[in-house]
Amino acid sequence: MSATPVTTARPKVLIDTTMRNGLIVLLILFVFNSLMTPNFLQMQTLSVNISQVATIAIVAIGMTLVIAAGGIDLSVGAVMALSGALAPLVFMSDSLQASPVLAVFLAFAVALSAALLCGLFNGYLISHLGVQPIIATLILFISGRGIAQVLTNGNLQTFDYPAFSVIGTGKFLALPVQGWLMLFLAAAVYWVVSKTPFGRYLLALGGNEKAALLSGVPVHRVKIGTYVICSLLAGIAGLIVVAINSASDAARNGELMELDAIAAAVVGGALLQGGRAPIFGAVLGAIIIQLVKYTLLANGIEDEVALIAKAGIIVVAVYFQQSVKE
Amino acid sequence: MLNNDGFDLRRYLRSDMQSVGAWIALALLIAFGLLRYENFGGAYNFSSFLNYNAMFIVISLGMCFVIMSGGIDLSVGSVAAFSSVVAAYLSPHGLSVAMFGGVAAGMCFGAVNAFFIVAMKIPPFIATLATMLAAKGGALVISDAQTIAIDWSSSFTVLGMQQAWGILPWTIVVTLLIALCLWLVLEHTSLGRTVLALGGSEDASVLMGLSVYRAQIFVYLLSGACAGMAGVFLASGFGAGQPLEGIGWELTAIASVVVGGTLLTGGKGSVLATIAGALLLGLVFNILNFENGLGTINLSAYWQMVIRGGFLFVVILLQARVSRPLQPH
Amino acid sequence: MRNIQKSFSGVVALGAVDLDVLPGEVHALIGQNGAGKSTLIKILTGVYKRDDGEVLIDGEVSIIGSPREAQDCGVATIYQELNLVGLRSVTENICLGYEPRRFGCFVDWPKAHRDAREVLMRFGVDIDVREPLNSYSTAIQQLVAIARAVSLDAKLVIMDEPTSSLDEQEVEVLFAVIRGLKRDGVSVLYVSHFLEELYQVCDRVTIMRDGRSVAVREIAHTSRIELIAEMLGRDPGEIESAGMTEFSAGEAVKGEPLVEVSGIATGRQLQNFDMTVHAGEIVGLGGLLGSGRTEVARALFGLDRLSKGGLKWCGEELKSMKPAEAIALGIGYLTEDRKSEGIVPGLSVRENLSLAILPRITKGWCIDRQQEREIVEHFVSALGIKTADIDQPIRELSGGNQQKVLLGRWLAISPKLLLLDEPTRGVDIGAKFEIQAIIRDYVSQGVGVVLISSEFAELVEGADTVVVLQEGHSVRELSNPGVSEDVLLKAIAEPASGVAA
Repeated sequence: MSATPVTTARPKVLIDTTMRNGLIVLLILFVFNSLMTPNFLQMQTLSVNISQVATIAIVAIGMTLVIAAGGIDLSVGAVMALSGALAPLVFMSDSLQASPVLAVFLAFAVALSAALLCGLFNGYLISHLGVQPIIATLILFISGRGIAQVLTNGNLQTFDYPAFSVIGTGKFLALPVQGWLMLFLAAAVYWVVSKTPFGRYLLALGGNEKAALLSGVPVHRVKIGTYVICSLLAGIAGLIVVAINSASDAARNGELMELDAIAAAVVGGALLQGGRAPIFGAVLGAIIIQLVKYTLLANGIEDEVALIAKAGIIVVAVYFQQSVKE
Repeated sequence: MLNNDGFDLRRYLRSDMQSVGAWIALALLIAFGLLRYENFGGAYNFSSFLNYNAMFIVISLGMCFVIMSGGIDLSVGSVAAFSSVVAAYLSPHGLSVAMFGGVAAGMCFGAVNAFFIVAMKIPPFIATLATMLAAKGGALVISDAQTIAIDWSSSFTVLGMQQAWGILPWTIVVTLLIALCLWLVLEHTSLGRTVLALGGSEDASVLMGLSVYRAQIFVYLLSGACAGMAGVFLASGFGAGQPLEGIGWELTAIASVVVGGTLLTGGKGSVLATIAGALLLGLVFNILNFENGLGTINLSAYWQMVIRGGFLFVVILLQARVSRPLQPH
Repeated sequence: MRNIQKSFSGVVALGAVDLDVLPGEVHALIGQNGAGKSTLIKILTGVYKRDDGEVLIDGEVSIIGSPREAQDCGVATIYQELNLVGLRSVTENICLGYEPRRFGCFVDWPKAHRDAREVLMRFGVDIDVREPLNSYSTAIQQLVAIARAVSLDAKLVIMDEPTSSLDEQEVEVLFAVIRGLKRDGVSVLYVSHFLEELYQVCDRVTIMRDGRSVAVREIAHTSRIELIAEMLGRDPGEIESAGMTEFSAGEAVKGEPLVEVSGIATGRQLQNFDMTVHAGEIVGLGGLLGSGRTEVARALFGLDRLSKGGLKWCGEELKSMKPAEAIALGIGYLTEDRKSEGIVPGLSVRENLSLAILPRITKGWCIDRQQEREIVEHFVSALGIKTADIDQPIRELSGGNQQKVLLGRWLAISPKLLLLDEPTRGVDIGAKFEIQAIIRDYVSQGVGVVLISSEFAELVEGADTVVVLQEGHSVRELSNPGVSEDVLLKAIAEPASGVAA
């Protein structure tokens, strides 16, 4: 019974079981499509898919954080609409016509500040007032999109503004910019979760809030922080959508995104009760869901049925998660 | 309220401050409207207001039960849309068939919700979000993404387009009947009280030997049925089944329920108060319309969601301070 | 109940328990933490299913599969956490599930209210039964719970720690109600750790230890010391004959006072407590379950607010404190229940161990992994933590090793004062000694320790001074050398003057 000296840490396990299952599913989908769907392996298809995945994945990353800390954020779609509505208002304003660079910069600043405020709002309600996350984020869920519509008077804002649209339509090394942005953000958040105290506190908070409090974790600050990050990421996603379409439709931007994001996070391995933050899993989850949707669409199944399929996937994923946890 | 030897005004005022507040606000708004706008009290505004809001009241009633039991149902809007299409398809066969079909369709989704939540133990907001998607998709599928006109020659049109005694839309009559039944169930049956106990504390309810599963299944079936009925109202009132309607209805319902004094965390609520809440919210928008018409303000319709969210926010703040959990000191 | 057995995932919770309750009897059930009392109760009330043995009610075998079935069989339970619905009215809490009916399926409210009022009147409680339950005090709520039991025609009412939230007067009311139940032929199974109460209401007592029922006694013919002896498995004769010896000053070199508390109270469980801990001293807190020991630790760590009394740290008055501040001062708190308050199950050994010291090993934005690894590995080997590597998920470790990780968490903050609440519970003998040796090592370097333990041997061996608590009061101070287990037992068992008996 002597003490066993430990000299080396276990090599970092990058791919755990959920990830492995996810990658297998992905592989299956890939193979299926390569064989059955015409034009699947072309760059064009790939681009389109990456385009659509990027926004979901970015929001899903934020959602994973919030879920990991033991909460949930239903307001992400509304935040997307809000930030997407604010940006064109800024860079299309007359006073900024002269300097596109400044205009775009300000547009980003204003849009993301609004997103930040939303995050602070959610975080404050949940941590200081003790409101349940579902209920607290429901407020912005209901009114955020309305605020966006009020600001734009319900109008579709179309524009032709290359300096801004680049984040949606630009290409870097032949792949869409937002794909790179997605990877960058995923890497950044992953770094935060694994290397900073904040990340550690977040996981502790979600895993056992009492133990975290007893160990001196600044619970309030961490909770607010997760909601702020989630809203910021949603804000970025909203800007990307607007850039892709060269139009901001406050009514549709981010519609049903909260469900997509939760689904991607859960499929990617996030536990609904908190304690795990598989960032790259969220990306993987988003890709899987996108591929399923694409597989159905490309093989002649209507959009509407795809909705039903998505609903089924979510239920199944959550169910398996719950039963495995027991 | 009436679950005692007699109606005790003092107790009601004390314990249900919030719903009392809602009634008072309602009365004040009505007085304001009557004074300010010419046609406010007129027959046309009266019946069209009630006809339009009947849908929301019905959905709010179902939602009220779900929330009282400690859950939530985000699928009601899409289920209503689905049911409106079903009712439209069945309209040639007359009012009863179409109504039955619509409500039954709603109940099927309610059963799916109940299965997810009770049997598969999936958290209600995820389960009902998923059902919402499925209902949305389903509505588009069966309608081929078109609005489905109802059979104008059938008796189905009576429901949404005619009034009892010339003044009271049939939709409201049906709604009031439903409300009466639900009030009876809530205040005077074991099932109703179990729903409230469940929302107050699920653990305690289990240990007290209450039939918790029965209550849970009931509320989700009820919510589905109410959404179905709302869909029937929709089809009948607007002349067509509309697969894309219903967006945001669940949020209106939640806001109505909460404004009326039901605790979002469950365990406390009333049928009457929910009606007050729904009417209040509806009236706010009615008045805004009038005000817009007068030209004094120029609020676009988009303010609706913002105002609903605002109501919810205020109520949540109030409830966060008011609800007191059972605590041995 | 005969020969009841119950295991949870291979760990035997109940070995062989026999329990006999006669009609109209108030039967006590006592035992220390982990003896199996609550498991037994849960079997009787249908929350758990027994593995073996049988339950007989009125001589007939009963299968109790759910709380509802238990109630239908006439077994009602008043839980410590009062499982009633606060938002509902008093009447509903009494009759829900069994409401009187009229017109078929409708509840007969007038009758329900009348019945509720009647039942409560029998207990001498006159309240408006239509009000929500949570508008009344805990004492009243408890009586409502009993009223529910009575109105369901319970033959056996189980009361789990009924007086833990009641004041003296309320306890008297409760006892009067219990005596009333007895007169009506209803049996009561009374579970409590306040031994004094047993002498006031109970007839017989069953003592449980380590998952078995070990003795059944008549209360009137059993002394308190005999009860404690059975609970702990000791010989009452030995304890009886131990006298109080002279205490000489302890050998430990005590430094400056680290923390001094005088007359502190934080509520029901801790009412009047004095203690001084010096640097380099181990102060043990001895007392039975519920005597307030954990509450002392919570107060020192800033988790509970002081309603009375003062606290001084290194000579300076401290007004209020929060856990994070306590940690910054150098106070560490190893909690009693590692599962609910200690480990973060999803994280690794390394992450759990370093949780409290993260601010100190952070350079700029990042955690200094190198430093973290060094610290963690140091403690893993120093504490003998058996783990495949420091990145193993903590939930895969045995209970004893998990405890060591938690101890490491607090040792890592270079503490000045350690609050250890049952540090060797669920830890094997070898590890126990290792932990104790490590603690003494730190103490010899000037760390102060408050040691809470239900194992008297540990206190006797480890502590320099022992403060004895009884029901929230500090009643005695004993110094080592000179404290033996029997002396300690006697100090705990004998009612001291000034404590409510």
